Amino acid sequence: MKIELDYLTRIEGHAHLVVDQSKGEITACHLEVVETPRFFEAMLQGRHYSDVATIVARVCGVCSISHSLVSLMATEAALKIEVPPQAQLLRRLLSYGEIIQSHLLQLYFMALPDYLGVPSLFHLLEERQELVSRALRLKRTANRICQVVGGRPIHPVTTCLGGFSARPEASELKKLRQELVAALPDLEATVELFSDFIYPQFSRQREALCLQADNQYPLHGQQVCSSSGDTSAVSDYREQIEEYLSPNSTAKLARTERGSYMVGAQARLRNGSKQLSPMGSKVCSALQLNPAGLNPFENIKARLVEVVHYTEEALHAIDDLLLSGMHKILSKETPTAGGQATAAIEAPRGLLFHSYQYNHQGLLETADCVIPTAQNLAAIEEDLQLLLPDLLDQPEEQLRKRLEMLIRAYDPCLSCSTHLLKIDLV
Amino acid sequence: MKARIGFFDFAGCEGCQLTVMNLEEELLQVLQLVEFVEFRELMSETSAQLDIAFVEGSICRPGDRERLRQIRQRSEILVALGSCADNGGVNALGSDRTPEVLRQQVYGADLPHLYTETPQPLSAVVAVDYRIPGCPIDGQEFLSILQALLLKQHPELPSFAVCVECKLAEYPCSFDYGQICLGPITRAGCRAICIDGGGYCRGCRGLIDNPRTSPYHRILEQHGLSVDEILDQYRMFNVGEKQP
Repeated sequence: MKIELDYLTRIEGHAHLVVDQSKGEITACHLEVVETPRFFEAMLQGRHYSDVATIVARVCGVCSISHSLVSLMATEAALKIEVPPQAQLLRRLLSYGEIIQSHLLQLYFMALPDYLGVPSLFHLLEERQELVSRALRLKRTANRICQVVGGRPIHPVTTCLGGFSARPEASELKKLRQELVAALPDLEATVELFSDFIYPQFSRQREALCLQADNQYPLHGQQVCSSSGDTSAVSDYREQIEEYLSPNSTAKLARTERGSYMVGAQARLRNGSKQLSPMGSKVCSALQLNPAGLNPFENIKARLVEVVHYTEEALHAIDDLLLSGMHKILSKETPTAGGQATAAIEAPRGLLFHSYQYNHQGLLETADCVIPTAQNLAAIEEDLQLLLPDLLDQPEEQLRKRLEMLIRAYDPCLSCSTHLLKIDLV
Repeated sequence: MKARIGFFDFAGCEGCQLTVMNLEEELLQVLQLVEFVEFRELMSETSAQLDIAFVEGSICRPGDRERLRQIRQRSEILVALGSCADNGGVNALGSDRTPEVLRQQVYGADLPHLYTETPQPLSAVVAVDYRIPGCPIDGQEFLSILQALLLKQHPELPSFAVCVECKLAEYPCSFDYGQICLGPITRAGCRAICIDGGGYCRGCRGLIDNPRTSPYHRILEQHGLSVDEILDQYRMFNVGEKQP
């Protein structure tokens, strides 16, 4: 068994699932993630603090906003740079935008074809034009949040150390608010669509980790909480989370002392469902989703609940910004000393850690990034191993489809998800 | 018959393909003119022959070269999509060290499956017909280049600098803040989006064809900035390029 996983870069690229089977017994079942190592942590070494977030955003096009923000937060904590409250609110709004667009892409373009029985959404261009248009309309609205706040949807240009280098005009925010309200009927139709599907039944006990939800749904924060009830400081992530080598692999996976765990929408919902917005809770019931449920296939539903929740939160954030008027969005302190710090953020796919050490000249000495997909891999594998025995008597096509659906439900990464699997049945 | 178009990726963040996806309604219109026959991010299918291949990412592994050659072989036109494909982009930032050293630094070990070579642009391996620069690409520029290709014309990139677009938009000059800016030597086409966002140009679209280096040095001197400072910025996206 071999898992080639480069946890340091975004895992975007091909993954293979290898199942070894003889005489009806599974001797091996594993996911091979093959991605070119890009050595971001090494490339950051020696870079000035003002360049780090710009470089590290390039780890991932889908979640460049999360990488930018968590990088800025880690540098700000290390160099003791304060971020004004209004800038923090803008950062939340920007995060909402990214999570909504990433989830919508996953729901409509990755997951939906499985449930509608087509190879891609483009196959529905003629028969179900309204559905394709709706998917694109919704995605556009989510991207508009990122555009208005971040300057563009991919690799934001307004985010900087200490806050933001440009603020959205009030008129732009008002327009954005109208667009979000106008998107609500499309979201309703989406909920209706996804509530009609039959999701495969499967469940397995697993730990769920996310940032602590105090009085709001997990997003930014200093504490990690676990479904086991434990909490720990983000800065202690290395004590909570152990990266290890699989016996048959040289790549690192992650576990807590209790074993493999999951991060992402379902983990956030499990630990933070009490903080869901009213519309989010409603959608949770409409989809008949138990927030404490353990069926990984229902990650899809959790993602849709979050789309609605974050949309509602985005409306509130815009209201807060408009009502509070213009305040400082950038602190221009020049750091006087080096330092070390860790920050974490809820990226669309879950917990993302960046940890940096700077020397007194403000040059980066060491960097460590732990990405969500790497944390989910062990859980995905264990799910696959448990799911497989019941599927072995099914036709290969069925089996392949079911396994693909399971992996896609975790949304391991944009590029993996559609062309993910080469299943070798040995 | 609709033009057959494919999207491919090597080492990169796939933000350029996502930028194409983000064209949304315009994408629907594009799909009336062309057929996407390969797009790994969104489709399960593959295709044999292509009219246009858009290729994102850098070439880092021996297997990459063979895969790229095959894409070249079955494509009428091959376009480098984004700075990683065009000149190595940020992937090349580690080029000052050998891949062995990078592996040691990041993994603490030199493992065979982590083997890579110094990242190279597509043009190091195959003939590239056209290129769309930027990190990420600009969606509107993608559309205009696609349009030209569909009309059997030769798409051209702006030959003037980001400064021109910046001045036209009347943004304040970064140098007036004592801020290094690569606008004077970087190819336009981004509508100076970073300066609009309160930042400065980091040169992600690469050098213009004939950068006027002596006036640029004078600007640097006038503002008390050094050539080393500017080269440090320049190397973020242009390690693989010649120095201005």
